[in-house]
Amino acid sequence: MNQTSSDHRMAQNASDDRTGRARYSLALGVVLLGIWLLWSGHYTPLVIGFGVVSCAIVLILTRRMNIADEECAPLLGLRPFVYLPWLIKEITLANIDIAKRVLTPEMPINPQMIRVRASQKGDLGRVIYANSITLTPGTVSVDMQDGEIVVHALTSEAADEDKSGDMDRRVTALEGLS
Amino acid sequence: MGILFDILSWTCLVTGSFFAVVGGIGIVRLPDFYTRLHGGGITDTLGAGLVLVGLMFQAAKGGVLSAGFEAGPWLVLGKLVMILFFLLVTSPTSCHALASAALTNGLQPELSEKKDEPSR
Repeated sequence: MNQTSSDHRMAQNASDDRTGRARYSLALGVVLLGIWLLWSGHYTPLVIGFGVVSCAIVLILTRRMNIADEECAPLLGLRPFVYLPWLIKEITLANIDIAKRVLTPEMPINPQMIRVRASQKGDLGRVIYANSITLTPGTVSVDMQDGEIVVHALTSEAADEDKSGDMDRRVTALEGLS
Repeated sequence: MGILFDILSWTCLVTGSFFAVVGGIGIVRLPDFYTRLHGGGITDTLGAGLVLVGLMFQAAKGGVLSAGFEAGPWLVLGKLVMILFFLLVTSPTSCHALASAALTNGLQPELSEKKDEPSR
């Protein structure tokens, strides 16, 4: 009986895997076609036909190479459009703060190394989090060790900002895995 | 109509250039390798970002003012958005690679509060 239930589960997983892979392939195909249309700028049937054929070949290759996964076509839906405006606001505020400090003659900086928790489940979420930290002036992610990011912060304020975990929560929500 | 786009565009271009220069000043003035990365961060984000947004306004102006619909200026706008996107993905990655390589090779950052976090 155990045997059959585990067989059943394996079949279930395999079918989940297949539909998952199909979704990634579909997303990748849409993105590739969109990029072709944007890059080429020639909207004649022949050139668009070349684009469709090229995208189809790439899709077949990614399927055969088994690389049609999250890394190749992130499926974040519309969530980036919630995260991005907030990130742009944070980057702008941090930029103005750091620019002021750089231009002040006595340069009030306070460099320090801190550790912040990265509560994201997947690699993509962690990359987005670490990149967001680096993108915000005043903090640079230097290293990642078991769910924690080592951050070099230029000022105490920038360090406190990251320690508060606000960005961590927002990236976890963006990832949408939990 | 065109003057509105020009005002927005030039405001972005001049502010972006200002931040790019401030980033450069930061790289010169800040004391050690790790702090200098933060100076580069200003140029990478607001500097490059505002210059590209200023150029986007120029492209949008071309699209809005053209007689009838022309795809050209809007394609340029789309390409500028993609350039900004790729810049925002790659520049922190290279910044992280530099910082990580420096730490791996044993360059110790100058810290002002050693008690906060013992460096390796």
